[in-house]
Amino acid sequence: MKAELKVRDEVVRERIGLTSNYAVAYAVKDVDVDVVAAYPITPQTTIIEKIAEFVANGELDAEFIPVESEHSALSAMVGASAAGARVFTATSSQGLELMHEILHITSGLRLPVVMATPGRALSAPISIHGDYQDIMNARDTGWIIIIASTAQEVYDSIIMAYRIAEDSRVLLPVMVAYDGFLMSHTMEPVELYHEELVRRFTPRNRSRPRLDPRNPITMGVIASPDWYYEIKYQVINAIKESKSVIKEIQGEFNKAFGTDYDVVEQYRVDDADYILITYGGASTGNAKEAVDEARRNGIRAGVLRIRVLKPFPTEEVVKAIKDAKAVAVIDRALSPGSTFEGPVFNEVVAAMYSQGVSVPVVSVVHGISQRTIFIEDLYELIRELVEFKNTGYFPRRTMFMGLRA
Amino acid sequence: MKPLTWREIPLGGYVLEPRNSRNNLTGTWRTERPVIDQDACIRCRICWMYCPEPAILELSKPYVTKTGRKYDVTYEIDYDHCKGCGICAHECPVKAIKMVPEVG
Repeated sequence: MKAELKVRDEVVRERIGLTSNYAVAYAVKDVDVDVVAAYPITPQTTIIEKIAEFVANGELDAEFIPVESEHSALSAMVGASAAGARVFTATSSQGLELMHEILHITSGLRLPVVMATPGRALSAPISIHGDYQDIMNARDTGWIIIIASTAQEVYDSIIMAYRIAEDSRVLLPVMVAYDGFLMSHTMEPVELYHEELVRRFTPRNRSRPRLDPRNPITMGVIASPDWYYEIKYQVINAIKESKSVIKEIQGEFNKAFGTDYDVVEQYRVDDADYILITYGGASTGNAKEAVDEARRNGIRAGVLRIRVLKPFPTEEVVKAIKDAKAVAVIDRALSPGSTFEGPVFNEVVAAMYSQGVSVPVVSVVHGISQRTIFIEDLYELIRELVEFKNTGYFPRRTMFMGLRA
Repeated sequence: MKPLTWREIPLGGYVLEPRNSRNNLTGTWRTERPVIDQDACIRCRICWMYCPEPAILELSKPYVTKTGRKYDVTYEIDYDHCKGCGICAHECPVKAIKMVPEVG
């Protein structure tokens, strides 16, 4: 134990209480970004407030651009990133929707923008509370999407995001998402690493193409039908190939900072008959408690957390669930009008189809607009999975848990 | 020339060297090409003035028409840059320019 503490001292400069939003701000300061533009929106505001404070105090040597909307914030990032700067922005909910047009432009132009997005419900009706509808709406934009589950993971993921985004084999924007309020505004102990170690881990990629008057190039060209398709396919290929790069960088990060990240997190999955697939913070913590409770009652249950949503970890998910008797995917987002209304459920089913694996999977929606997910809810869900397995009857429609009916 | 594949196109569709119309041949956009009837042409220069590209070439090439009229200049089309807009054919006062479908 003593030896372990000594090892941590080598990488950890201090261990302080931080909200996930402040963890983002500290990560941004430690990787030394050049330009920040963001527009305040609940629950993201405290990130940029903290960054503005760092810039004002001279702790972070960055250009802080006050913009008049999220559309402008991401547009400013596109310009600064094209000029070769290391950039950061953050948003949520309606702000992310206002950025939507530029989300596609950022990935199409292959600009390594990093953005933090505490997830929040979408209007109408207006809700400031946390869920993942906004993140799921950005899932087809060509961004790499990482969903963190603790403030520590948020801090670590932002650091890794710069390495992933700026890697010459990737060159794609990265979004680091986490629960609005449940994480963005709640304090957890976070280990901040020595700045020079973080800087050594995230060297700038100086060989990426950028706007340079001594070597002029044109970015953002118009492409006629005989070019457009191929340029968009470059994005598809890059994000598909990025999974191996993400794993490689995660491995390096784990080695450098003594962490244990993978594209999925497995909790008691190895011998599990019943698996809950979740993402984000609140549902994962409670899900683990529910699984422990189920294990105490003789049900072999496990939790599989999707950490990297895009590129979807197809092989890893299928490998983890292929021997299970029943699986439930708990979505905190909606896909109205789809056969099943859980967006990640649809990904999981597609993943299984691609590998020729068939396991009974149940689509569950819960926690919309921060509707509380109790440990008992998830324990009850595991009990229901056992019931489904025993009767052989699986619901062929999405279960809306927590909905007053 | 065979068009570039997705692997060969510069990343993100960037144009890696600044170029102008000397290199970028805009003639590939054309669906109809103008053809000048040199015998009907009266060398009024209106097509040359109106061409937005400009793809009408004023060449000092003597030409003798079938009816024996002598001219010092000849107007020809620069098909590498003509986009086929048809303005020249529209403006020609003697209808000496015809737009014909581009084939091949």
